[in-house]
Amino acid sequence: MEMNQKLKEKFEEFCKSHNLTGQKKAQLKKKLMQILKKVAVEPGTAIGVLSAQSISEPATQMTMRSYTLASQTTALAKVTHGLPRMIEIFDARKTFERSMIIYLKPKYNNKNYAKKFAEKIKEKKVKDSLASSSIDLLNMQLEFIFAEKINFDTFKEIVKNYMKDGKITRKGQTVYIKPDDAEIKNLRSLKFKLLDAKVGGIKNILSVAVKKEKNDWIITAEGSNLKAILELEEVDVNRTKTNDIYEVESVLGIEAARNLILEQARETLRDQGLSVDIRHLLLIADTMTFDGKVSSIGRYGVAGHKASVLARANFEETVKHLVNASFRGERDNLNSTIENVMIGKVAPVGTGFVKLVIDADKLKGKK
Amino acid sequence: MAKKEINIFENYLVPKHEIMTEEEKQQLLKKFNISLKQLPRIKERDPAVKAIGAKKGDIIKIERKSETAGVAYYYRVVV
Repeated sequence: MEMNQKLKEKFEEFCKSHNLTGQKKAQLKKKLMQILKKVAVEPGTAIGVLSAQSISEPATQMTMRSYTLASQTTALAKVTHGLPRMIEIFDARKTFERSMIIYLKPKYNNKNYAKKFAEKIKEKKVKDSLASSSIDLLNMQLEFIFAEKINFDTFKEIVKNYMKDGKITRKGQTVYIKPDDAEIKNLRSLKFKLLDAKVGGIKNILSVAVKKEKNDWIITAEGSNLKAILELEEVDVNRTKTNDIYEVESVLGIEAARNLILEQARETLRDQGLSVDIRHLLLIADTMTFDGKVSSIGRYGVAGHKASVLARANFEETVKHLVNASFRGERDNLNSTIENVMIGKVAPVGTGFVKLVIDADKLKGKK
Repeated sequence: MAKKEINIFENYLVPKHEIMTEEEKQQLLKKFNISLKQLPRIKERDPAVKAIGAKKGDIIKIERKSETAGVAYYYRVVV
């Protein structure tokens, strides 16, 4: 066993300040190693169960608090807190309230620029600048009336992305769109597509707010688009963050996703005033990213992809797993804990983890 | 809006990735007495793998900043 870096540094520091050298230092090191060996996790400890309990017990405290808190926070910002957020993280959900915190480079770090920048990245859709939109059934065309002045040419380009052939004409603030294959069904679908079409800004950045935090002007955004934001010249790549684990996985890689799971889980727990030892969360974050992709703790992730048939059947969807296993002729080597508990064998945990072999020669006194 | 190339290693979430040489690789497997299959995995299309140009079968040494240990090393095999 070796000392880790943090401990090593502390040890050296201690020796320096107490003028320990040579033999005394070696003695202290020996003593320290003995203690280290004692406090280390023993081989065969069921650390998964330990982690699960250590996180779940404080989480039961969370349930009661978060529901009363939810009504107060919704008015300020749409961010999930407490147990619901915890479940989102560990289930690796794909739909949840996304949010981003954007930092700007020092050069652009002032109130005016931050406000300008925030306005620039906010997604603008066609419907945001419309006064009314309707379908003119008599002439089989769409009628868009704009509330503000628009750039007709750019709007024309946007329409062309959704419509193959047709005529676009303008009369003051009103724009008429007449596709060649005009049918009521087509017109309706075209109308809804156009209303949702992006005019400017960055996709999925729904609302923005600028606030000051210590020396920085930061932009908090509802919705998330990490790749597009990081590509912007003004953005500080180092500190800008999102709460979308999948997005981080695809843009920054699996190690970053692992760090984000850890950070998010800790933050959620800390917000509730709970302290869980970081080692439990480390284990979960590492398990969730073991395969090189983010997988949830549960039926469709870690628990559903165990090697052992019996372990899977024990968790959820018993019949499905047993039937499928018999179809494929799967084998269960009974290597893990739960299978052995099921069939009544000694489980490979703790003392069951080691096997004893008799040295026959020694027994006979030959050695 | 002006665009720039993203250097993912600038972000605070991304630790240092390093490709191990063949010799280091064998040493590692011997030290822990394991085969390549037993190591944690990382996808070939992972942005960090692409950035350092690792290939299938390489082991990547990841230098994590750890709160409990200062610096911790983690190994992933490219699949």
